Amino acid sequence: MTGPIGSAGRWRWLMYLALCLAASFFLMPVYMMVVTALKDPSEISLDTAWRLPTVWNWATFPAAWEAFVPKLQNSFVLTISASAASAIIGSLNGYVFAKWPFPGSRIVFALILFGMFIPYQSILIPLFGFIRSIGLYGSIWGLVVVHTVYGIPITTLIFRNYYVGIPDSLVEASSLEGAGFFAIYRHVVFPLSLPGFVVVVIWQFTQIWNEFLFAVSLSNPASQPITVALAQLAGGEAVRWNLPMAGALLAAVPTLVVYVVFGRYFVRGLLAGSVKG
Amino acid sequence: MRWRRHTRHLTGFLVVLPSIALVGVFVYGFIGRTLWASLTDWGKDPSQALAISPITHFVGLDNYRELFTGIIDGRFRQDLVSTVYFTLFFIAGCLLLGLVLAILIDHKPRAEGFFRGLFLFPFALSFVVTGTIWRWLLQPGGGVNQLPTLVGLPPGGFGWLTSRTQVFRFDWNHLPVIAGVLVAVALAAVAAVAQRARNRRRAVAAAAATVAVVAWTVGAAPDIQPLPFPEVHGFNLAFLGILVAAVWQMAGYTMALYLAGLTGISEELREAAVVEGATGFQVYTRIILPLLAPITLSAMIILGHISLKIFDLVFAMAGPDNARTDVPALLMFITSFRGNQFAKGAAIGVVLLLMVALIVVPYLRSQLREGAQE
Repeated sequence: MTGPIGSAGRWRWLMYLALCLAASFFLMPVYMMVVTALKDPSEISLDTAWRLPTVWNWATFPAAWEAFVPKLQNSFVLTISASAASAIIGSLNGYVFAKWPFPGSRIVFALILFGMFIPYQSILIPLFGFIRSIGLYGSIWGLVVVHTVYGIPITTLIFRNYYVGIPDSLVEASSLEGAGFFAIYRHVVFPLSLPGFVVVVIWQFTQIWNEFLFAVSLSNPASQPITVALAQLAGGEAVRWNLPMAGALLAAVPTLVVYVVFGRYFVRGLLAGSVKG
Repeated sequence: MRWRRHTRHLTGFLVVLPSIALVGVFVYGFIGRTLWASLTDWGKDPSQALAISPITHFVGLDNYRELFTGIIDGRFRQDLVSTVYFTLFFIAGCLLLGLVLAILIDHKPRAEGFFRGLFLFPFALSFVVTGTIWRWLLQPGGGVNQLPTLVGLPPGGFGWLTSRTQVFRFDWNHLPVIAGVLVAVALAAVAAVAQRARNRRRAVAAAAATVAVVAWTVGAAPDIQPLPFPEVHGFNLAFLGILVAAVWQMAGYTMALYLAGLTGISEELREAAVVEGATGFQVYTRIILPLLAPITLSAMIILGHISLKIFDLVFAMAGPDNARTDVPALLMFITSFRGNQFAKGAAIGVVLLLMVALIVVPYLRSQLREGAQE
């Protein structure tokens, strides 16, 4: 099967040329990151930036690893807890909005959804005050709470759209047999939810791992997630660029692994983000 | 039965209630508090700025007045201009590259899956990672500027992140007129679309509004002088580097949106068009692009709201406090958390929220309405 233009075959080389140009644009930063990370600091200079290292400096990675391990741990604790919590809440919400609508539930759904679009700058000052007042400022658990709450809109949306696809007749049949709200959830809906959970957890994992604004506003050096540590390392004066590059790679690996392993579900989450309630 | 329906409703409501409470407090309650803070002088008195319960005074719209017409807040106005230009170019870049990539993939090349995966992978990265790498690539004397030397040309010298040049400049005092013209054009477009859709009432209303705005623009707007002196703003070319990195990150996402739409256009339809004598190019311009219009609109809104909120990429590429590459999202952060000017920071946050709401709320309404009809 070919598309309408390429069917002639004569111009297909042009398509491949364009694809290769695009591919090199997308790979250029990857090459630069790896090559720079593996150079000795003395060898890194602007005019030879593209060259391969003359001596492969593998020591960069242990150094970066040592500097970043506590931050990676913070990121993992934060990301896994908040993804799990927001996924469970979103699943129950989605179940209600898809199968047990109550009067006014559509408007409630819309009001919840709006929460995923707001610029967080518009709630950051009260949020900062609130987290400080409950004693969680500078703690990773403060960030867990924040990401769980602000994750509710997107997880609710994805699960609601997923559960709409489960036939009503399944739910009604169990309902006629006398099963209640939670029994139906446990025995009918939840067992069918695995793909939904995969989509949501992957989405939340990527979003929370990559998040920066909350992380930089609400953490301290001990509870910093990796994104904040990386921004600080790369933003310093007179940086030795091999270290930030290795750090960038370390910060990118977890979400890249998720992307490569679960690519299909990742795209589903991405498309769900464009709404359609 | 009626009683059962009530318990049904009640159970559903009770299960969602905690989320309603959380979102109610963390989204709407906090927006309310930000709004309130923006109407006070919180931060003007340094001794009160960081107090647990600061003593503040109500000052009405003073903070907003200062932001838009005050002498010292020129930086905010430049940021506003920057973010609008940045958003326009960012959307254009993503749509263009995303569409080209989607069409290329749609031609089913060999290794289709590889290319698709490659174009989309930056979307899985943090903006901080992207920013760190591109910051190095766009150093004035290295990276991208060294690329011409690979084919024997002299190196480029453009300051991707440091250029001091400003283009598309205009005087802030002309803003009322410019805004009037833009709103009039938009309303006229709404009227034209409504006329074509034979929605007479909307067409007449939009046409009347257009006339009113034109009258205001000609009659009243030139007399509005926000500032007592000319203040020129424009697009800082130092944003070009950030634009390249942002498009690199989000073009694949746009491609994925387009691909989802392209797979929905059946092969029969395309073949029918070819049988009818359409050339390959015409198949795209006459059939596929019009069918992709709703996706383009969705993509514009999603990219637009991401762009207005952009913070981490700029932070990682140009630092948090760099006047030439500043945006309101960063200025809010600096103003509040470095300068402790909480009231002014809150006001910037509210302006940002209004800008985002302006494009997101109509979109959300139409999406949910469409969903209800299906």
